[in-house]
Amino acid sequence: MKAQVNSLHKAFESRIRLGIMSALAVNDTLDFNALKEYLDVTDGNLASHLKALEKEEFIGVEKSFVGRKPNTKYFMTKEGRDAFLEHLSILEKLVKSHK
Amino acid sequence: MKSTFIMEKQQDYIRDLSEIRSMMERSTKFLSLSGWAGIMAGVYALIGAYLAHYVFGFTSPGLNNGSGTYSHYAGNLDEILLLGFAVLVLAIGTAAVLSGRKAKKRNEKLWNATSRRLMFNMSVPLIAGGLFVLILISKGLIGFIAPVTLIFYGFSLYIAGRYTYEDVKILGLIQIALGLAGAWFLGLGLLFWALGFGVGHIIYGIYVHYKYER
Repeated sequence: MKAQVNSLHKAFESRIRLGIMSALAVNDTLDFNALKEYLDVTDGNLASHLKALEKEEFIGVEKSFVGRKPNTKYFMTKEGRDAFLEHLSILEKLVKSHK
Repeated sequence: MKSTFIMEKQQDYIRDLSEIRSMMERSTKFLSLSGWAGIMAGVYALIGAYLAHYVFGFTSPGLNNGSGTYSHYAGNLDEILLLGFAVLVLAIGTAAVLSGRKAKKRNEKLWNATSRRLMFNMSVPLIAGGLFVLILISKGLIGFIAPVTLIFYGFSLYIAGRYTYEDVKILGLIQIALGLAGAWFLGLGLLFWALGFGVGHIIYGIYVHYKYER
C-alpha cells in the first residue's frame, strides 16, 4: 500500500497543476489566458505552476506572435501524458481499495 | 487515529478525481447554456411570427400559380426584417444574461475559451446563412428567407453539439428538416419558421431544464 501512495507524483500534489494537466489532456493546445480562465488564478500563480510542469517536461511551450502580441501556447508532452494517466489510475486504485 | 487519516486521504483522492473530471468537461464543453434561455427564445419567436402574420399581414410568399415567377410580398419588407432582427437581439440578450447566471452558479466563466470556441464555430454557418438571406432579398426571393434561416441555423446547432450538450445536435437536425419542408411547401414558410424557432426552442428548453438543471 505504502509503495503505491509514494508513487503518486509530487508534481501533481497541487490542485492547480492537476487542473492544468486535466485541461491539457483533452485539448491539443491551450494559451495562457484560457488556462487562467479555467483555473481562476492570478497570472503569477499560474506562471509558477506552469514553470514547474515545464521543468518536469510534462508540458511544452509554443511561442508565437498574434500581430505584435506574444501568444504562448501550452501542450502536454508524451512524458506528461504517461505520468498523468498513471496518476489517474493510481488515484482510482486507491479509492477502490478502501471502499 | 490511523483509520481517520486514511479516510481523510480517501476523501482527498475522491475530490481530486472529481476535479479532474470536471476540468476535462469544462475545458471541452460549455454546459452553462440555460434551458430557460431556450424557452424564452421560443416565446420571442412565436410572438414575432404572430406579429408578422396578424399585425403586418406577412405571409411567406410562394410561387405564382403556373406563371413560374415568384410572388412578392406586398407589404413593407423592412418592417418584417426589423421584427426578425428584434427577435434575434432579444433571444441572444436573454441567453447571455441567463447563461451568465447559470455559469456563475457553476463557478464557470461565461466568456472563456470553451464558450468562445462554441460561438466561433456556430458563427460560420450563421454568417453564411445571413449572407445568403441578403442575396435572396436582393433577388426578390422572399419566400425562401424563412426556410433558409432554419436550415443554416440547424447547421449551426449541429456543430454546436460538439461544444455543448450533445442533445443540441438533435434540435439542429429538426431545424434542418423543418427548413427543407418549408422550402418544399413554399407558401407555408412562416408556419414552419414558427414551429422551428418557436415550438422547437421551447420544447428543447424544457427538456434541458428538466434533464440538467434540477
